[in-house]
Amino acid sequence: MNSRQLIAIAKRAGFWALIGVLMVYAIFPFYYAVITSLKPASQLFRVDYWLNSVDFSNYERVLTQGSFLQAIGNSVLVAVCVVFIALLLGLTAAYALGRVRFRGRNSVLLIVLGVSMFPQVAVLAGLFEVVRVLNIYNSPWALVLSYTIFTLPFTVWVLTTFMRQLPMELEEAAIMDGATPWVTITRVFMPLMWPAMATTGLLAFIAAWNEFLFALTFTLTDSQRTVPVAIALISGGSPHELPWGTIMAASVVVTVPLVVLVMIFQRRIVSGLTAGAVKG
Amino acid sequence: MASVTLNKINKVFGSTHIINDVDLIIGDGEFVVFVGPSGCGKSTLLRLIAGLESITDGDLKIDDDVVNELPPRERGVGMVFQSYALYPHMSVYENMAFGLKLAKTDKQTVHERVMATARILQLEELLERKPKALSGGQRQRVAMGRAMAREPRILLFDEPLSNLDASLRVQMRNEIARLHDRLGSTMIYVTHDQVEAMTLADKIVVLKGGHIEQVGSPQTLYQQPATKFVAGFIGSPTMNFMPAELEDNPAEGCRVRAKGIGALNLPQDASAQRTNAQLTLGVRPEHLRLAPAEGDNAFEVVNVEYLGNEVYVYLEPMEGRTLLIHRSEAPCQWQVGQRAALIADLACVHLFDGNDHSLAVRKTSAAA
Repeated sequence: MNSRQLIAIAKRAGFWALIGVLMVYAIFPFYYAVITSLKPASQLFRVDYWLNSVDFSNYERVLTQGSFLQAIGNSVLVAVCVVFIALLLGLTAAYALGRVRFRGRNSVLLIVLGVSMFPQVAVLAGLFEVVRVLNIYNSPWALVLSYTIFTLPFTVWVLTTFMRQLPMELEEAAIMDGATPWVTITRVFMPLMWPAMATTGLLAFIAAWNEFLFALTFTLTDSQRTVPVAIALISGGSPHELPWGTIMAASVVVTVPLVVLVMIFQRRIVSGLTAGAVKG
Repeated sequence: MASVTLNKINKVFGSTHIINDVDLIIGDGEFVVFVGPSGCGKSTLLRLIAGLESITDGDLKIDDDVVNELPPRERGVGMVFQSYALYPHMSVYENMAFGLKLAKTDKQTVHERVMATARILQLEELLERKPKALSGGQRQRVAMGRAMAREPRILLFDEPLSNLDASLRVQMRNEIARLHDRLGSTMIYVTHDQVEAMTLADKIVVLKGGHIEQVGSPQTLYQQPATKFVAGFIGSPTMNFMPAELEDNPAEGCRVRAKGIGALNLPQDASAQRTNAQLTLGVRPEHLRLAPAEGDNAFEVVNVEYLGNEVYVYLEPMEGRTLLIHRSEAPCQWQVGQRAALIADLACVHLFDGNDHSLAVRKTSAAA
């Protein structure tokens, strides 16, 4: 074996080692959560990297809690509503901003982008007032409202960029066929924009699903909470006990739907995110 | 089927005046071609008729109705786009049926119309395919089918053949001509290709800088171009131009002198021009004959292009830069470096004044 072959092997080994490090870095926390969730309470504080026995009692405890199931229901409701509203408004806004010529179009786009630059904490107090005035405090609608505010800028930007790439003549062909703007959007543009919509929709879903600060602030009772807050507020038998096993089981339960969604839309996300990079 | 009347049509985009006082009458069933260099406003004019752009000033009538404010779908026009603009997610059938469905036509009629259109365009085999599975020529036909399916009164074509390769373009050109014969509907066609214009049109509209330069049959435009621009635009290879000086205005025509040719007695009426006025002489390559040179009036052969059936001979005057082209049937005995005298067919020579307007042939001399 000559030195060139050795170098090639070393390079290859280094490459895979690097991938290994990255994998561990990315996956280990989640892996440890899964392991912890499958341990009985008695073994909780023994540091094990491998699973010796499988114990589902943590899951049983989480899933038999009525308030946790209720929280999942709330989360689903909020996330689905946010995605639906964000896509609807995003698509129509993208049509206006991408296709209709009007004065101040770019300023509107920049303002939309500017909105997303504020940290959540900065708008918390103001938003609280809005929520109170609308009389939706302590209800999922308060969360739908606030998440939509933070989801829309991204949605509008991605969809506008995507919309601008669709050929002008396609819209004109639809106009010649007698289509109104609404028909053009729903029956000509929308089918062509699935990748972008899958991407933005999924990211909106994840953002709404994981959000904590607003969810903590705008809800009060167990029955109105979403999953991240519910998990944070899981408490043990005494004030001094943190039931890590149950918390981890709950975390795994709420992460799995996201992983499944990402898997399903994986290809579309990639094509949606790279759209515009090169002319296809 | 319908006639179209343009009355002092203007279009202004911001500070640019794209279309300037265009008057035009397009008869029922006519095939009219808008032709001109890029930026002349031909596509804009078509889009004004389609309703995709708003008219700044003037009246657009279809039959007897002013349609300025009507949206495209109520004007009864169908349009074929340069890029075809087929709906990529719909099958050929759905592409053609889309407009009919939007017009709330009942299903049976939609089906009949689409099938009838598909039959005319020989698309029956392709109805289930998506546009990406079609060749360029097939997409072109689907685009025409989509425009035709709603049975518009007027069909508009915006440079429909420019995305096809040369041989397919000739084939589709032929198909469009036959389609017009068969449907008999009014068609307006935009192109920058003068060959397409000459072969397809009943009436050619030559546009330049937003106004109409000349309207006429292909034959009129070829034989009696109104301006130097039209003369140069129609015909390939293009017309030869050379400066000429007016020497005299005898009763039966005019006498001009051009470098390398000498004095010519032409039938044109130049009585409005001053003696010694600078004019432009125009002769098409096919109306020039070459003869062995004698004396001072001679040109030098600088290049000979052999095209199989014909030959282009490039000539330069002994002094001056004007390059002329002579066109004749192959083979040809002329060789680079030889000197030749030009003999122009005087009945086919054009004369343009200082404003590039064509000087008319004197009526009396034409009768005699």
